[in-house]
Amino acid sequence: MVQPDSPLRRQARWPAVVAGALLALSFLLLLLAAAIGSTGLESLTTLRDDPVALQIIRDIRAPRALGAWLAGALLGLAGAIAQGLFRNPLADPYLLGSASGASLGVAIALVAMGATPYASAWLSRLGLTGAAFVGATGAVFLTLVLAQGVHQTMRLLLAGVVVGVVLGALGSLVMMLQPEVMLSMQAFMLGSTGFVGWSACAVMALVWLLCAPLAIALSRVLDGLSLGEATATSLGLPLPRARVVLVVTLALATGAAVAQTGLIAFVGLAAPHLVRSLLRTTHRNFLLLASLMGGLLLLAADTLARSLIAPQELPVGVLTAVLGGGYLLWLMHRRSGAPGG
Amino acid sequence: MGPVTVSPACALQAHGLHVQLGRLPVLHGIDLTLPRGRWTSVVGPNGAGKSTLLKALAQLIPHSGEVHLLGDPVATVPARLRARRMAWLGQNESSGDDLRVWDVVMLGRLPHQAWLAGPGPADALAVEQALRATQAWEWRSRALGQLSGGERQRVLLARALAVQADVLLMDEPLANLDPPHQSDWLRMVRQLLAQRRTVVSVLHEISFALHADEMLIMAQGRVRHQGRCADAATHRMLEQVFDHRIAIVPVAGQWVALARDD
Repeated sequence: MVQPDSPLRRQARWPAVVAGALLALSFLLLLLAAAIGSTGLESLTTLRDDPVALQIIRDIRAPRALGAWLAGALLGLAGAIAQGLFRNPLADPYLLGSASGASLGVAIALVAMGATPYASAWLSRLGLTGAAFVGATGAVFLTLVLAQGVHQTMRLLLAGVVVGVVLGALGSLVMMLQPEVMLSMQAFMLGSTGFVGWSACAVMALVWLLCAPLAIALSRVLDGLSLGEATATSLGLPLPRARVVLVVTLALATGAAVAQTGLIAFVGLAAPHLVRSLLRTTHRNFLLLASLMGGLLLLAADTLARSLIAPQELPVGVLTAVLGGGYLLWLMHRRSGAPGG
Repeated sequence: MGPVTVSPACALQAHGLHVQLGRLPVLHGIDLTLPRGRWTSVVGPNGAGKSTLLKALAQLIPHSGEVHLLGDPVATVPARLRARRMAWLGQNESSGDDLRVWDVVMLGRLPHQAWLAGPGPADALAVEQALRATQAWEWRSRALGQLSGGERQRVLLARALAVQADVLLMDEPLANLDPPHQSDWLRMVRQLLAQRRTVVSVLHEISFALHADEMLIMAQGRVRHQGRCADAATHRMLEQVFDHRIAIVPVAGQWVALARDD
């Protein structure tokens, strides 16, 4: 009587099954990504006797594949938070101005570095990453200031749009004034996992370990919010405080991913939708699954981007945009065909 | 399960309640006392401030003036305790289409659960009772987005019931319900009253509102009248605030509001 009956119990196991499948697929893909090089698929057995190839795997391919997965996981988590927080299935991690803030930061950094040619490659890489992170989180902060806090979702969204447009325009202005940074900017805006090393992986893993538990601890607020703000308040949920923490989590996760891999399109938007099409669950599971899905998506896209036109490679952002856009279009088509949809 | 240390006779009391939405004053100094264990229906013309009053009483919008919940100043009651004592059901709120019915109703148990703890057997029992009370038990594993308007309303009603609060505020609870389920709702309210719970409902269907114990008649952000539903004075005031476009008449032992066609 008391216990939920069998269909509910069967559904209760689903999240674990899906999580296991996503992890297993990610692991297989990690192995595959480590084996794929600019010369196509190489067998792992011959590599054992080849110290150079082994080093390539250890220093380049493995961190890159893991980095792609981590960046995707951060974006998937951020997307799930954004969609829950704004109660809008079209919300994505860049909603509060992170993307244009990061581009502006990178543009300014590039110009500044162009002025000091003695900066080492390592330093410049660190500088770009830092500038992107500062730009992304600074833009969200600016959005919060303009919206006068997090209390009104609509105002927050509008402020995010304003900040996005204005900072985007400023970024373009910087590029126009210093056309020589245009090429590097283009690469950043398309998104790439090519520069990810072990240190970047460590940073992203740390940020994920901070953001995911925070978001999951507040998953009930997101559940409550899905019934509307008034209902959530009537349930005694600490909405104002929880919103602040969720926005900060969103900004951190997005900023960390953008700083390491540039503006990867659609992963944060598509990952939560893909999870939703597999199962319906509360945010506690949903946040985690969306994150795993994001990791798998970006890793798959990155592996494809490296192998489709090998030895050349496609910018992974282009691939995620095409695949993600196609997926959303298909979803739209399916929804509009459904009864009552 | 409710507070037993104090036994205040009033479920809700408000003194000098003012509410402003944007720059527009909506409630102009409401004073009211809602008796405990009774059903009060709030009626009035469109724009009278009925929903706003309910939201202000439930502490969902900023207001000036004092509200007492079961004898305590509500501002001093911690949010979770307040949520256990008073439940609110809104109208036209966007709802979680992606959540399953069971999970939606389980949200009503949030005020009873520790922050990171999951639901226990008592919560599952409360959810089942609430779902059965609104005849929504069969859809428990379906997504809310797959239900019709009336079915969804019954699930949201179950969500509010699952709180098992002493005071239940409902804004247009009969929206989208067909006549048999409207009757079921009446029976459900009677059961709540038998458990000494307090029900406050905003109803635009005057004939349904007249089933209540007490009636609070509002117009233009003020309380115009509060009295028993069977009183002739209540009926006269009803006819007056609706510009004498309705007539309250007895039919088969009930009071019914008829639209005047002249």
